[in-house]
Amino acid sequence: MTNPMTIDPLTIAAIVAMALTTYATRIAGLFLRLDGLSSRRAKAALDAIPPAVLIAVVAPTMLATGWPETIATVLTALAATKLPLAATVAFGAACVVALRLTMSG
Amino acid sequence: MTSERKRQEMAAGVRDIFPAMIAAAPIGLLCGALAVAKGLRPIEASLASAAIFAGGAQFAALELWRAPPPIFALVFSTLLINARHILMGASLKAKLGYFSAAQRLLGVAVMADENWAMAERRAAAQPLTPAYYLAMGLVFWANWVVWSAVGAFAGSLMGDPKRVGADFAFTALFIGLVAGFWRGRSTAATVVASALCSALAYRALGAPWHVAAGALAGIAAAWAYAARERA
Repeated sequence: MTNPMTIDPLTIAAIVAMALTTYATRIAGLFLRLDGLSSRRAKAALDAIPPAVLIAVVAPTMLATGWPETIATVLTALAATKLPLAATVAFGAACVVALRLTMSG
Repeated sequence: MTSERKRQEMAAGVRDIFPAMIAAAPIGLLCGALAVAKGLRPIEASLASAAIFAGGAQFAALELWRAPPPIFALVFSTLLINARHILMGASLKAKLGYFSAAQRLLGVAVMADENWAMAERRAAAQPLTPAYYLAMGLVFWANWVVWSAVGAFAGSLMGDPKRVGADFAFTALFIGLVAGFWRGRSTAATVVASALCSALAYRALGAPWHVAAGALAGIAAAWAYAARERA
């Protein structure tokens, strides 16, 4: 078996390529000018960036995985209006476990 | 800034990101364990988390992973999923007035969805300091590296993370973060458009495309909603 502490050059090349790509996306925004956008609609669009991005990342889990995940999403969203962040996460994980148990039987 | 004030800012950063660190722990464990199951060595999996530090792109890469690694496909998937960083960085840029050039370069290197969301939230209420942002960013980065290394080196001992709902922690965290950005119906339009377009793109085109599709649809919805309101 391979030694767990050795490394493979091609694997390292792939990791480095992915890391450089990711850093490029992180630094690119610093050179992009959005401050010229001052219309009402442009402001609304800029304010929408955080929720639009966050939801886009997790929408497949929320809507395209199964009923337990979709129902847990609705319950977690309701909880998020009342609970602090850490409690929301714990509540969401507990919901999905309970729903999977209930709905698999 | 006095060193006392700096300490307070650093403590506030760590306190604010703490819930996200807890939520990221099982995701990191899962990422490390999955990487080793896909044939990476534990040291390589740990290195990947330290160098790439982008959970979504790393999970997508593991879907594509085989030996030898398909470097072009991996880079393309990473680019699509992380293109959102361009918008995030552009939005954050306006709040980095107190940062030196070196602090900006380091700052964006540790920018992730969660600590960026916290930075935006902080900047909406008061000036964003390097002490607050970098403390938050660096502990969040270290947290990801440590948990994925634990997952990689101890992976097979853990059992199925789904059993405790760990795979849903990420989703629940993002829902909680979105609640912090809520601005009424405009946000509702954004969330619905983003969720539907992302899920449809995921079904129709597969993994990397849903992020760009949902993000653009959500931003377009806010634009359209603001236009309608004015009329």
